[in-house]
Amino acid sequence: MTMDANAKVLERYNAKVFKNRKDHMLQVNHAEEQQISANTRSVPGIMTNRGCCYAGCKGVVLGPIKDMVLITHGPVGCGFYSWGTRRNKARAEGDDPNFIQYCFTTDMQESDIVFGGVKKLKQAIAEVMQLMQPKTIMIAATCPVGLIGDDIQSVATEAEQEYGIRCVAYSCEGYKGVSQSAGHHIANNGLMKRVIGTGDIEPATKYSVNILGEYNIGGDGWEQERILKKIGYEVLSVFTGDGAIERIASSHKANLNLVQCHRSINYIAEMMKTKYGVDWLKVNFIGLEGTVESLRHMAAYFGDPALIQRTEEVIAEELGEISDAMAACKARLQGKTAALFVGGSRSHHYQGLLKDIGISTVLAGYEFGHRDDYEGREVIPTIKDDADSKNIESITVEKDEKKYHAYLSQEQYEKLAATIPLEQYSGMIRDMDNGSYVVDDLNMYEADTFVELLKPDMFFSGIKDKYALQKAGALSRQLHCYDYSGPYAGFRGAVRFAQDVCMGYFTPAWHMVLPPWKTSATLQGTVGE
Amino acid sequence: MLDLTPEKHMDRTGVLINPCKTCQPVGALFAALGVRRCMPYSHGSQGCVSYHRTYLTRHFKEPAIACTSSFTEGACVFGGGPNIRQGAKNVFDIYDPDIIAVHTTCLSETIGDDLNTYIEEMDIPDGKYVIHCNTPSYVGSHVTGFANMMAGFIKYLAVKGKPTEQVALFPGFVNPGDIREYKHLLKRMKLKNIVFPDCSNVMDAPMTGEYKMYPDGGTTIEEIRALGSCRKVLALGRLTSEEPAAQLKRKCGVDFSLLPLPIGLADTDAFVMALAALNGGDVDAVIEEERGRLVDLMLDANPYYYGKKVAVYGDPDTVLGLTRFCLELGMIPSYVLTGTPGETFVRLADSMFKEYGRENECRAFAAKDLFDLHQLIKDAPVDLLLGNSHGKQIAKAEDIPLVRAGFPVLDRYGHPSLSIVGYRGAFALATKIADALMDAFDRNCADEDLDLVM
Repeated sequence: MTMDANAKVLERYNAKVFKNRKDHMLQVNHAEEQQISANTRSVPGIMTNRGCCYAGCKGVVLGPIKDMVLITHGPVGCGFYSWGTRRNKARAEGDDPNFIQYCFTTDMQESDIVFGGVKKLKQAIAEVMQLMQPKTIMIAATCPVGLIGDDIQSVATEAEQEYGIRCVAYSCEGYKGVSQSAGHHIANNGLMKRVIGTGDIEPATKYSVNILGEYNIGGDGWEQERILKKIGYEVLSVFTGDGAIERIASSHKANLNLVQCHRSINYIAEMMKTKYGVDWLKVNFIGLEGTVESLRHMAAYFGDPALIQRTEEVIAEELGEISDAMAACKARLQGKTAALFVGGSRSHHYQGLLKDIGISTVLAGYEFGHRDDYEGREVIPTIKDDADSKNIESITVEKDEKKYHAYLSQEQYEKLAATIPLEQYSGMIRDMDNGSYVVDDLNMYEADTFVELLKPDMFFSGIKDKYALQKAGALSRQLHCYDYSGPYAGFRGAVRFAQDVCMGYFTPAWHMVLPPWKTSATLQGTVGE
Repeated sequence: MLDLTPEKHMDRTGVLINPCKTCQPVGALFAALGVRRCMPYSHGSQGCVSYHRTYLTRHFKEPAIACTSSFTEGACVFGGGPNIRQGAKNVFDIYDPDIIAVHTTCLSETIGDDLNTYIEEMDIPDGKYVIHCNTPSYVGSHVTGFANMMAGFIKYLAVKGKPTEQVALFPGFVNPGDIREYKHLLKRMKLKNIVFPDCSNVMDAPMTGEYKMYPDGGTTIEEIRALGSCRKVLALGRLTSEEPAAQLKRKCGVDFSLLPLPIGLADTDAFVMALAALNGGDVDAVIEEERGRLVDLMLDANPYYYGKKVAVYGDPDTVLGLTRFCLELGMIPSYVLTGTPGETFVRLADSMFKEYGRENECRAFAAKDLFDLHQLIKDAPVDLLLGNSHGKQIAKAEDIPLVRAGFPVLDRYGHPSLSIVGYRGAFALATKIADALMDAFDRNCADEDLDLVM
């Protein structure tokens, strides 16, 4: 480890910022026990990429649920910005409504701030009922709502009584917590308290699973479902990509929860285990190795030899279909380097997919991950609550004697837990190479500086970074919304990703950045005339 | 697509569905990006600025920089003073701008943070500036925020002085391509000028292989100071530029002419006449040629515009300009709608309808949304949608061609560098409109009706 890029990056900072930021960076060294600071306040003035609690609750977790009306209670902006901007795809099922293209907001005005917004919220619900008759309405609060003390919980309760619908309010004001992460937690709590466990859809087979933390960006969830159904699984519900309330409500009847995005949904996974006995398995359907391993773990969980055999057949068949295309991309991309800065799981998951095509990751970080996402769940008991995290409600649930159903016996569980990641997540750092860098809550200055120092060939980040990084000469692709592409999950998604990287990296315009008059002489003279 | 929108229109007072406006702060941030070496700064929770940067980046396909006070729950209770003090220090230390332009959010407005005092008490490095404006998200729209930030710059920086030769141009809420078109006209009319704010070469900076956090464009602080000694302000966009122009008049006594955005023929004529009034009456021959080419096109293609019904929606000044141009083309702007509140919009639109004898065929709406627009269209359809990207769902649902103009265009590339103002902008727009209408005809017509020649 010759260069310490972290030290170089930190040089620019004043004492206070230095003290804060140094703990959010490390250079991977597996010989040492390393700890990173995460899920703490961003320094004011730093150009953080983080969003807010509302964005995590409404934008990420609740937004993809298609058959309900989600009213943003607040001034117009928050609802407007979270309208159709995450590419979480959804299709209507039968005659059930699909509200995914709609944005509903109370558009609070000054008088609502002064005299309270409850009246307007009630009117909004009345109008939505009159226009569209949804069976479920959810309400998401924005900053001023909490400040002026609108009692949105009572409004929801009243609406349930008045209209005979399900109405759930989320107090996810933007100032709560330190990032989107607080909003994920609040959304998880609401779904657990008010939705999960209330449905009546019975699984048709014993191989019934839910996919948790899959938001169907670019159709990722659909590719996963395709593979799982081909093997013989029944996907009872997806949280929450292309999500439907009744299926989420019945999800407690499944036998296994698959956790794709650990950060945003691990609360529900844990609570469903306690309350309903549903085991959860950490999966990763991004990249070939991750997908294959996840499928094998699932088969091992159910332990049926026929299922295990079918799993291997499908893996062989799917790999067969894509191996040539993957090899072609790998041949072109082998030896390239990448940096990854995404939300709370993808920075980890995509390292495997990049490895599949010969690209190594030199820098990775999460926007709103916690220490367990970096270091593994075993550190959870050692994470101390601070003033910001204490403000986020943590609910506890108890065993529901009527609905509790454990698929495995205690003995089977313990045996399996030693071989597959049952209720385990070992974090991102363990999978990274010695000498690579990990930076939490990376900001614009740091991203620019790391690009200069590490010169990655490509940077996978979000829209706010994209064009700055591209202007600096690095291929830049959005891993929050996949630009206009996707799915990237599973086998077919892997090929699409590989081809997109090739397309971006080898696009002819990269060689045309410098005009000829900058690279060769412009004067053409004739000598001696 | 949008299958749940009922045909029967219902007036609403509680819920906005598919808004046709957004909140003040994003407009303020955009205005601040048009000042050279300026760091826009949002005093609120960090989600706001994350959304605003995302929104602007998706429109311009360029980085939109901004920092934030990153409020947490504690700051809401005790006030955001410590956040902005620390925030401003860090911005100067790390990002080294010449000026920080602070705008508020619904959060800091609701708790009543006093930015005047915070900034007065701030330790600002020598030669650097911190200015602010109030942008409560629950008043007006993004357009209001844009105007407020302009007024904020003027309030802090403009200095009254002996009138110079310079003319100030307030561009309205427009794209970099539009500003280039203004500059082209100003140059042709030989007028020394200050364009404020100026997002050209900032929000459409060229690719050079090097990322500059502060690109070469933007109005300089010196130029903003010199606004106070300009001989005249041409404030374009009646509903966007009046407030900042009035602010400059109050502070420095500079007179202003309030003009519509020069979209289409007559409004560009008015702009050129205003320029001619300032340069001694000379209109450059090149400009006259551009005008002539536009009229030529309007006559050549007139059968394809005449009587076609169009729904125009988006920001008030842009929509008014587009509407007039549609009327000039012989089209019928059946629905003219903005999400931004304010009855002036409706009054101005109505008088235009009358001017063209279309008052019984056209209706204008302020403070409405795209759900309203969709219901209106379901009730009586149109041939064309003219507005921002958010109309694309209606376009698909009702199979109506869409011509993109205004903010935001999230789903196409290159638009910010194109222009819809001036004669050349109108020419380009008229071409797009005819293309869209004729492509739709060609796509849907019987084989025997597909014509090669016009």
